[in-house]
Amino acid sequence: MQLILIILVALTFGVITSEARSADDIAITIKDHRFEPAEISLPAGQKVTLSVANQDATPEEFESDDLDIEKVIAGQQSATIQVGPLDAGRYEFYGEYHEDTAKGAIVVK
Amino acid sequence: MLGALLIVFREVMEAGLVVGIVLAATRGIPDRGWWVSLGVATGVLGASIVAMFAGAISSAFSGTGQELLNAVVLIVAVISLTWHNVWMAEHGRELVAELRQVGADVSAGRRPLTALALVVLIAVMREGSEIVLFLYGIVVAGTSTQALLAGGLLGLLAGACLTGLSYLGLIAIPARYIFSVTTVLLTLLAAGMAAQSIRFLQAAGVVTALPMHVWDTSWLLPDSSILGRLLHVLVGYTAKPTAMQLLVYLLTLATVLMLMRRSSASRRHAAQA
Repeated sequence: MQLILIILVALTFGVITSEARSADDIAITIKDHRFEPAEISLPAGQKVTLSVANQDATPEEFESDDLDIEKVIAGQQSATIQVGPLDAGRYEFYGEYHEDTAKGAIVVK
Repeated sequence: MLGALLIVFREVMEAGLVVGIVLAATRGIPDRGWWVSLGVATGVLGASIVAMFAGAISSAFSGTGQELLNAVVLIVAVISLTWHNVWMAEHGRELVAELRQVGADVSAGRRPLTALALVVLIAVMREGSEIVLFLYGIVVAGTSTQALLAGGLLGLLAGACLTGLSYLGLIAIPARYIFSVTTVLLTLLAAGMAAQSIRFLQAAGVVTALPMHVWDTSWLLPDSSILGRLLHVLVGYTAKPTAMQLLVYLLTLATVLMLMRRSSASRRHAAQA
């Protein structure tokens, strides 16, 4: 009985947290020095967490003047970045080490 | 190649300006070349270590390790700069007097060099780790490595030249005024670093108060422009400062000035007694 209860609690918790994650957790991957997705749409006034996974072997610096972010992500590593809440507008970000290809933007509506 | 040159140049410039100012601020102090070299050498070592453990640092403290490390070393730099300025407020007059007597043995300035060496170490370590990571990436990627490395080396050279120029420019200032100028520069440097540490603490979610932007001059002078970066290092310019950053910037300025005033006042008292 106790075991079932624990499993139930764990399941409910798991569902709740995974739902909460999907609502404000945005996954971005870096591959071949490009962001995927390169453009992200967000509603205004929402706080989100960017989970940036660098799948390249080389390090990258995730940088954005518009968002005031500067974060080094080593090769084959990921990093989380808190963003917002943001006003409507276009916020560009780029990879400092590969500025020609690593470009992206968050579009807030 | 040009891209690599620019990236390395930018980082070397940022650290180099700090080194140039420190060199000028320690003019006439014996062994300062040794101390500054020690700062640069340990800074390069520190940069390599930080770069090597970039992944581990980043994931420490639930993903905020990088921001916290940056914030902590910046705060250490601010304290060191403050300490040096307070010391100079007490001893600057003797130093100037000794500087003007060419050949005189300058004995006054032995104490504050550890503080400034630490500032050099931190500046070189912070900017240097980005260079190391970037160069490491070039080597790992393996494509057009030579051209990129050449670009990086040229960037390093250009940055070093700028450091030399900033130093030569500063020491061209007459001995009477040089310490006043470097004190102002070091004070602004400290305030800018304090504001920057707040930015990292805000990014880590440690400081949450007053997050609103006070102004936005990114249309006029973006942070990513060379002039923007230059002013960022020298006076702590940010295109979009938060209210907390501005507050801490002003508080740091006020604190350093107050401590310096108290220190030079106590010095005068001691001299009269």
